[in-house]
Amino acid sequence: MKERDRNRQIKKEAAISLGLYAAFFIWWYFTGYGIAEIGTPETYTYVWGLPLWFFLSCILGYILFCAATVLVVKLLFKDMSLDDLEDGED
Amino acid sequence: MNNPSEYTPILIAVLVVYVGINLFLGLYISKKHSQSEEGKKNSFINNYFIGGRSMGGIVLAMTLVATFTSASSFIGGPGVAFEKGLVWVYLSMIQVPTAFIILGVLGKKFAIISRKTGAVTVNEYLMARYDSKPVLWISSVCLVLFFIAQMMSQFIGGAVLFQTITGLPYIYGLALFGVVVILYTSVGGFKAVVTTDTIQGIIMVIGGIIIMYTIIREAGGPDAMIEKLNQANPKWADITAGGSVSKSFVMSFWVLVGLGVLGLPQTAVRGMGFKDTKALHSAMIYGTIVVGFLMLIMHISGVFAPAILQGEHLETTDYVIPAVVLKYMNPVVAGLFVAAPLAAVMSTVSSLLILASATIVKDLYLTYRGEGKSLGDEPRGERNIAFLSIFTTLIIGIVVFVFTIYPPDIIVWINLFAMGGLECAFFAPIILGLYWKRANALGAVASAVFGVASFLIISNSGFSIGGTTAIVPSILISIIAFLVGTVLGKPTKIEILEKFF
Repeated sequence: MKERDRNRQIKKEAAISLGLYAAFFIWWYFTGYGIAEIGTPETYTYVWGLPLWFFLSCILGYILFCAATVLVVKLLFKDMSLDDLEDGED
Repeated sequence: MNNPSEYTPILIAVLVVYVGINLFLGLYISKKHSQSEEGKKNSFINNYFIGGRSMGGIVLAMTLVATFTSASSFIGGPGVAFEKGLVWVYLSMIQVPTAFIILGVLGKKFAIISRKTGAVTVNEYLMARYDSKPVLWISSVCLVLFFIAQMMSQFIGGAVLFQTITGLPYIYGLALFGVVVILYTSVGGFKAVVTTDTIQGIIMVIGGIIIMYTIIREAGGPDAMIEKLNQANPKWADITAGGSVSKSFVMSFWVLVGLGVLGLPQTAVRGMGFKDTKALHSAMIYGTIVVGFLMLIMHISGVFAPAILQGEHLETTDYVIPAVVLKYMNPVVAGLFVAAPLAAVMSTVSSLLILASATIVKDLYLTYRGEGKSLGDEPRGERNIAFLSIFTTLIIGIVVFVFTIYPPDIIVWINLFAMGGLECAFFAPIILGLYWKRANALGAVASAVFGVASFLIISNSGFSIGGTTAIVPSILISIIAFLVGTVLGKPTKIEILEKFF
């Protein structure tokens, strides 16, 4: 990998990281506040004794984010040398 | 209640063994590393302050987790969750993607640049990037001051916990883990820090499982527990905790413990110390899993605790977790559990301590002397630097130790602003310096000065935009100051930029 390609890949990975971060935020916000705000503790749906908003945003959200991290890192992130690259070196 | 005459000695024995294992392993592994083939190739500075850039995936993940999991994740946070209910778990889960974003955005870029420039600290990277003494001075002063305040508050947190659980004076606890952490950090350096962080991270996970299991068992199983919880804290499932936790307050944490963490030097520096991209990739996965698990399990334990502490008198919510421990755990289990928050304290302090020392030795002293890396090449110079580094770490540790016994008002005050202040000082200079070619020294100086100043002013004035906490407007101000400064200032020299882009 040449210096220029390496830099481009690093930028791409940073953008992917921010994208996944934003996706988690959206999931967290809409399953959390999105669901909880249209009800009260009396009217909430409960899953395993926990309110649905909490179950989706925190428990399922956590599991999904872990899974997404594994996929993104394995599929989109590339191994590369961290040493100084001479121009034209492969 | 357990019998105190047998309880306390057994509990303390468990803690002493645990702390002793840390001391031994920290020192042993750092010594082994510096005597290995690989270790001998590196200079003392490189080994002592960044562990010869040899961290593997698990160690990188655990040291990152252990560094930002502090005493508050085990005591303060679950205590608040006890009172506020699930919204506090919801808030803590903002930290799930933090390890991922730090390593994803900073990891490779930092690793490459720090290898090219020989940097072992964040300030050194800033110096290389902006080529400016004022940037170095301002960032170093911010770092050392805020770090000392944070270390002191961690020590106080740990010592108070020790006192509450054992009933022995504060100073005994401090003497036990304070002395050990200062010792292994100053003698063993970064390698000892990350090795013990790994052990401590594992202990924290075990501690979390122990407390959650204890609470559910004592409450008579999940169903009975929820029933008791409904009586003890009827608001537990409400996302506003009965109207006492506002949405804008919760959202502010996306800055303070979310993206803002990219600006914390103690986490950013981990991006300089790993071995290769394989290690980085697996640390992104392990780090995410462990952080989320710890946050979830500790805070939800706090939410469930009212089910088994009904009618218990608690001075403040900080006593929730100690009360569960004392009431329901046998002394060996209690010792294992208490080891977890102490581990959180020790791992946070050791990371701050080694970086504060690196800042003074490498950034201030060696840069001031203008000798930089060349000095380490001569055999005598190398020995002097080794002595100086160990000595500096030890002195800072002793200063913090004394401050913990006699806390000066000014340091107590600074601590209130330490985390936000560090983020305001470092966020824009680190991130924009890495990804924006035009970023220059005037921008970095303006950002740190205006960011920290506005954070102090806004925090103290109680001023708020739409109910957010002070960190939100302050970090925006620091970014705007960075942009304005960069437009007005001179561009950085082309030769320097070539190394970075």
